[in-house]
Amino acid sequence: MIHTAFVSLHVQAQGPLIERLPDGRLLIEAGGRKVAGHPAPQESPRACGWKAAIAAALIGVGTLTLTAPQAQADTLLNVSYDPTREFYREYNAWFAEWWVAQGNAAPTIQTSHGGSGAQARAVIDGLAAQVVTLALASDIDQIAARSDLIPEDWQARLPNNSSPYTSTIVFLVREGNPEGITDWDDLIAEGVEVITPNPKTSGGARWNYLAAWGYAERNGLDPQDFVAALYRNVPVLDTGARGSTTTFAQRGIGDVLLAWENEAYLALAELGEDQFDIVVPSVSVLAEPPVALVDGHLTDETRALATAYLEQLYSPEAQAMALRHYYRAWDTSAADPADVARFPEVERLSIADFGGWAVVQPEHFGDGGIFDQIYQAQ
Amino acid sequence: MTDTIAIPSRPRAFRPATTEPAVVKWALIALCLAVLTVLLFAPLIAVFDEALRRGWAFALQSLLEPDAQSAIWLTLTVAAIVVPLNAAFGIAAAWAITKFDWRGKAWVITLIDLPFSVSPVVAGLLFVLMFGANSALGAWLVASGFPIVFAVPGIVLATLFITFPFVARELIPVMLEQGRAEEEAALTLGASGWRTFLTVTLPNIRWALLYGVLLCNARAMGEFGAVAVVSGKIRGQTTTMPLMIEMFYNEYLSVAAFTMAALLALLAFVTLTLKTALEWRYADQLAATHRH
Amino acid sequence: MVARPFTLRNPTPMPGWGLSFGIMVTILSIIVLIPMAVLLWRGFIGFGAAEMWEVVNRPRVWSALELSFRAALVASLFNLVFGVILAWVLVRYRFPGKRLIDAAVDLPFALPTAVAGIALTAIYAPNGVLGAPIGEVFGLRVAYTELGIWIALIFVGLPFVVRTVQPVIEEIDRETEEASATLGASRLRTLTHVVLPMLAPAALTGFALALARSVGEYGSVIFIAGNLPNVTEIAPLLIVIRLEEFDYDGAVAIAIAMLAISFTLLLAINLIQIWSRRRMGAV
Repeated sequence: MIHTAFVSLHVQAQGPLIERLPDGRLLIEAGGRKVAGHPAPQESPRACGWKAAIAAALIGVGTLTLTAPQAQADTLLNVSYDPTREFYREYNAWFAEWWVAQGNAAPTIQTSHGGSGAQARAVIDGLAAQVVTLALASDIDQIAARSDLIPEDWQARLPNNSSPYTSTIVFLVREGNPEGITDWDDLIAEGVEVITPNPKTSGGARWNYLAAWGYAERNGLDPQDFVAALYRNVPVLDTGARGSTTTFAQRGIGDVLLAWENEAYLALAELGEDQFDIVVPSVSVLAEPPVALVDGHLTDETRALATAYLEQLYSPEAQAMALRHYYRAWDTSAADPADVARFPEVERLSIADFGGWAVVQPEHFGDGGIFDQIYQAQ
Repeated sequence: MTDTIAIPSRPRAFRPATTEPAVVKWALIALCLAVLTVLLFAPLIAVFDEALRRGWAFALQSLLEPDAQSAIWLTLTVAAIVVPLNAAFGIAAAWAITKFDWRGKAWVITLIDLPFSVSPVVAGLLFVLMFGANSALGAWLVASGFPIVFAVPGIVLATLFITFPFVARELIPVMLEQGRAEEEAALTLGASGWRTFLTVTLPNIRWALLYGVLLCNARAMGEFGAVAVVSGKIRGQTTTMPLMIEMFYNEYLSVAAFTMAALLALLAFVTLTLKTALEWRYADQLAATHRH
Repeated sequence: MVARPFTLRNPTPMPGWGLSFGIMVTILSIIVLIPMAVLLWRGFIGFGAAEMWEVVNRPRVWSALELSFRAALVASLFNLVFGVILAWVLVRYRFPGKRLIDAAVDLPFALPTAVAGIALTAIYAPNGVLGAPIGEVFGLRVAYTELGIWIALIFVGLPFVVRTVQPVIEEIDRETEEASATLGASRLRTLTHVVLPMLAPAALTGFALALARSVGEYGSVIFIAGNLPNVTEIAPLLIVIRLEEFDYDGAVAIAIAMLAISFTLLLAINLIQIWSRRRMGAV
């Protein structure tokens, strides 16, 4: 390795190093001769310790963030389905105040929204929810079956089959109903475009499907053919109910949206009463979106919080809130009468009429089930 | 006797042979401005217009909501972790590639460039496959309480992947052009490796490094596709600012969505202004290091 | 001449080999190599090449792949032409606001993709500032159609060509142009026969980068595309849908298909670049 030796202040020689002399000088070979000289004068090194300190601090912050426990004692994660965003935003704020008024520390409540089926799979895959509030019992059954997070008898633990409110399926059409849609059989007409989400990922989509199936059975049509014809008129399947609403309402795709009742009212309220109309079909489903504790993710501290969170959904104030958000709640004692009177009468078929989710889910929506057969055939 | 030279009353304009006619020149400028307005400036204006639709107070209020606050905090945290790591990697890779000769350099450079040609969604998928609970490693991690997917570490990893090449790609051409002579001279003068790097190399590459860091930071803060796949979209926990924008958009909260978008756009502005100002101010130093 | 022995690395007194190479290889492996290996393992060994083909070989997937690549190609070609023009204008002309424009070209680099997406959607929606007039005057719908995807991808790829061509234009020796002019070429002929070939390699590089970026682009497209299967559904969205259905194998299959086509494209472009350098000379 070539070194520079300073023979004097202004005379340097360069060459390969032979050895370092005991007095600190370098002995190098330059131009065929051996030359001894001092090494280059070094400036006092500026303290670059501060750079190292900053780097260490950043890495420290990073490590702390990464290893921070994902849930503290008073954190609650509510994994919910798609259309409940607005409702839970209000409920979470109310519940946090109520919890503090009971003499506890202020809780941190987080929510995640998405298609009900997709959310159930996420919980199975490790999403650390303390409570789940999904679109249908089958999804929570899936969590109970495929992991040991929820006991099998979860549905009996809370009133009304663990459903603090119910809903149903209605049609949302463009203002003035230009296609003249009044009932399910108008949906299979030529040229009508129907928007509904993907039953594989969305709970609402499965209620839609069952409502159509129920109508066909009631009216003497072959249900599988009817539903197949319906899905032939569906141009796009979004993953969740909100995605379908966006496609219909904001992207202007489709003539009719099969929507949760609360989602339809919400679309009217948010996007304009004069843009859409709600059409109530002759027959629909009793959609019961249940809630459950995820025992597997509860600690002693969070169990009380989570239990209270679900129980308070049945309280008069929360029920009034649900009614305000267009859900058909049970307890109308604290509610605004206008909210209660809003809902039209409609004959609603319950899941028991179809044989229960244990039968319906694998037969219709499982791998290779009837929905797969219908959709593949296109 | 005088020779009269006929001078034309209006001398023909002289146009150098290396320029286009003025008409062509201004037409091209107008074309460029028109396209840029429609393509670049219109979206920016739209963002700020929508954000301020209900006034400043409302817009700023939406940023103070807890969800928005946690999204901003998470984005800043992820950037604070990712940018230094990628800068360190970029410097190390550029040093190894430009100061040494070894076989297989082309392969390594291709690998470094790989994240550029991979869709962000695929990037997210990679980490879901590796660390999701349906893989052996992932199941063990979830059980031990250190989940990667659906948690902040997953977001950090996905962002690291996406912004990986930025710093290295900026540094490598500059360092190649600068050569090794200065470092070798420093070595002959007895400087240690670190000293050489800090006092000789670093000052030479600081503009390229800064530019790479700025780009890396901007992309890290704005990454959407990869993080959407990996994060689980838990409000208040794993939503970064771009994800929050999508969520607000889906919840009919367009002012909140566009206000957050405006915040990110402002960040982009600041990045670009900083870069331009520094380039202008240190123009001669830049020229000396052959940056542009 | 003494034959050089085969070495993996030329010895040199430069310090830092171990540290720099170590850091580089470690982080490269953790961040890039191992995840990619896991993907390919999951695809070819976990799922199987035949099964992957069966997933990919469906009309909806082909439509999505075709759409992603076609839209990226169109957008990148536009950016190629416009980028060269813009680079020329920025380097050779002086006009008020030039600095501003020059800085603004970097905006698509710095602006988050989701922001670009919703902004472009807001403008080009049927009731948007530009979408409404375009609808009335030309009868065209921009948002939620393929045209909207083109615009989003043009936005995303804009800086690539400009920034790779600009330095080359700056380096062009005016004497070459003057010589061409003295030999009687018109300005146009000089530009097309003398200047453009000099820019070609850099322009192609920029084109390749823009293409690579546009093909996989998700954030800016997802808002403005209609996401109708077989019509306006881009390939990355298909991957996301598969993931949300927890069909990991399907997602992996489509991802590998996208990667394969990307690499083929980039390889082809690299070969064209090599050929063009040989034919027109390196700059």
